[in-house]
Amino acid sequence: MLGLDKKDATILLVVIALALLAPFLLNPFPSNSGLAQFNAGYPDLMQRFVIFGIFAIGFNILFGLTGYLSFGHAAFLGVGSYSAVWMFKLLSMNVLPAILLSIVIAGLFSVLIGYVSLRRSGIYFSILTLAFAQMSFNLAYSVLTPITNGETGLQLTLDDPRVLGQTATASGNIPATNVFGLEMRSTYTMDVGAWSFDFNAGYYLCAIIMILAFYLSLRIFRSPFGLMLRAVKSNQQRLNYTGLNPKPYTLAAFIISGMYAGLAGGLLASMDPLAGAERMQWTASGEVVLMTILGGAGTLIGPVLGAGFIKYFENIFSKINDNVLHQWFSFLPEGMEDTLVFLLHPFVGKGWHLTLGILFMLVVTFLPGGLVEGGQRLSRLFRRRSRDTDTTPDPEHHPKESPHVAE
Amino acid sequence: MGILEVKGVNKRFGGLQALGDVNLSVAENTVHAIIGPNGAGKSTLLNCLVGKLIPDTGSVMFDGKSVLGRTPYEINQMGISRVFQTPEIFGDLTVFENMVIPAFAKRDGAFRMHAFESVANEKDICIRAEQMLVDLNMQDKMRMHSASLSRGDKRRLEMAMCLLQEPRLLLLDEPTAGMARADTNNTIDLLKEIKEKRDITICIIEHDMHVVFSLADRITVLAQGTPLVEDAPENIRGNPKVREAYLGEAA
Ligand SMILES: Nc1ncnc2c1ncn2[C@@H]1O[C@H](COP(=O)(O)OP(=O)(O)O)[C@@H](O)[C@H]1O
Ligand SMILES: [Mg+2]
Repeated sequence: MLGLDKKDATILLVVIALALLAPFLLNPFPSNSGLAQFNAGYPDLMQRFVIFGIFAIGFNILFGLTGYLSFGHAAFLGVGSYSAVWMFKLLSMNVLPAILLSIVIAGLFSVLIGYVSLRRSGIYFSILTLAFAQMSFNLAYSVLTPITNGETGLQLTLDDPRVLGQTATASGNIPATNVFGLEMRSTYTMDVGAWSFDFNAGYYLCAIIMILAFYLSLRIFRSPFGLMLRAVKSNQQRLNYTGLNPKPYTLAAFIISGMYAGLAGGLLASMDPLAGAERMQWTASGEVVLMTILGGAGTLIGPVLGAGFIKYFENIFSKINDNVLHQWFSFLPEGMEDTLVFLLHPFVGKGWHLTLGILFMLVVTFLPGGLVEGGQRLSRLFRRRSRDTDTTPDPEHHPKESPHVAE
Repeated sequence: MGILEVKGVNKRFGGLQALGDVNLSVAENTVHAIIGPNGAGKSTLLNCLVGKLIPDTGSVMFDGKSVLGRTPYEINQMGISRVFQTPEIFGDLTVFENMVIPAFAKRDGAFRMHAFESVANEKDICIRAEQMLVDLNMQDKMRMHSASLSRGDKRRLEMAMCLLQEPRLLLLDEPTAGMARADTNNTIDLLKEIKEKRDITICIIEHDMHVVFSLADRITVLAQGTPLVEDAPENIRGNPKVREAYLGEAA
């Protein structure tokens, strides 16, 4: 199917199902129950899940395949957002041209930054990308104020030209972002008993684009080009002496991942039409590194998992405050309740970074292949269990197969 | 005029004269062995042929064209493949993937943006890679991680990768070092077979005299960075200069 073998087609179908059914899957708890705060199925957050998923999928093409660790990819995210907002200001509120421009401009930026940074490898490459990103951040923050509107951030106003659209709606508001009239913010809420599910146009646009982005990365992973990228990571010396020039391969991977980041930035601005310099900050670049490693660098689905995991923590775990904890443990005797809340306090609410940090360390130490490796180990465990119950044990010796890049 | 012509090559590392006025002519479709004691400059000479090192002076011509100033991948694309003294393979990839890469390099050149085809659908490439593994009797290890191969198998894999490119000149840096006797003999047979079947020139650095005398058409003896003698194998054995510089020491 679609030029994929059976296993890859299955992976793609799983991703499609997860993306399309997310409004159900992420809202498992009835909306008035105590657990409702763990529901993540509201449009804002779902959009961020898939948008950062796209960001991480692209980052993984560079880092996961070639091993070149960029600490500056947030610069492309920011460039994408600024481009999109400018498109909304000048052309129209249709998101498609905005997203296209985001990809193109981020692509051009990554040609420049990639070309210079890839002259070095290893830690020097990382530092160069970091330096470029910080330069971009500072330019956006102060020097380029006419383009970026400095620390306030770039916003839409009532006197933007929007030559192909309208400057203001009939009621005197700034028009909403849309795809040929379908507004990104339009949401249909479905109530089923005590449950409530939100279907948001913006989310579904992002989800479809994420599926396309994932499919593209799947094809790249299986292509001769993808194989060369893995060869770059494995042994550049051998690659050189095999008649292949590692430079253009690595640069192409860098540009592709930069364009993915630009796409993600454009989508962020399409869902919420503003762009600020903080989107380019080094913490944002670090975040995508964490997402990719946490999910499993070099695996197909890992980056998406990692992005979801971190965004969930950031938005849901951070909302557990002392009041919530008191509620949970109210059945305990007073003294114990207070002690428990006191002990848990540093790890929840504003302390979510601490919990995430600990989890990250645990994963990197015990599951170097990230969450994907965790999943593989679990499934192997179950398979072994079910095999043990078989009456005829397999007498044949099974040589260890090399791990497949996907899964 | 040989396919490889090295003239007046000098290479210094700081105060050390690694190569001093090396002249070497390798005739097409022959096996030319370079022997000499450890530190004689054999690997350095090879590095000067493949673009890893640039000689201080002198010229290196392959097939009438200078290789100096060209990058390793350009030199490979000219038709020179090299096996390293310590095996250089793609350790993170499977044996099969290791074989596929040189096949692509041979077909598509130094860079091609083939991001939408699937490796599995490149039938001609896959068949070539598989056939070469069958020829080397390594087909049962095809799906293995190449890093988990034995040292001997890594060497054979590297050699297979080079042969798959059908180079006009194959450079081998001590291809049997660290191999068991049986593996060494297999390698000799393999190289003999290649030599008979194909139009290929082989330049081999070797310590094992058994290998050298079973394969070489010509032998150059290198000592302290300078060629001592160049002659047919039967004359090398009895040459007193060689005995003194090399065989004597080894015995
Ligand atoms: N990159 C280098 N830098 C400095 N010295 C080197 C370098 N490569 C080789 N040498 C020196 O040059 C001499 C020749 O080395 P080499 O060509 O490896 O010898 P062989 O392969 O004949 O054993 C040795 O003394 C070695 O230490
Ligand atoms: Mg040597």
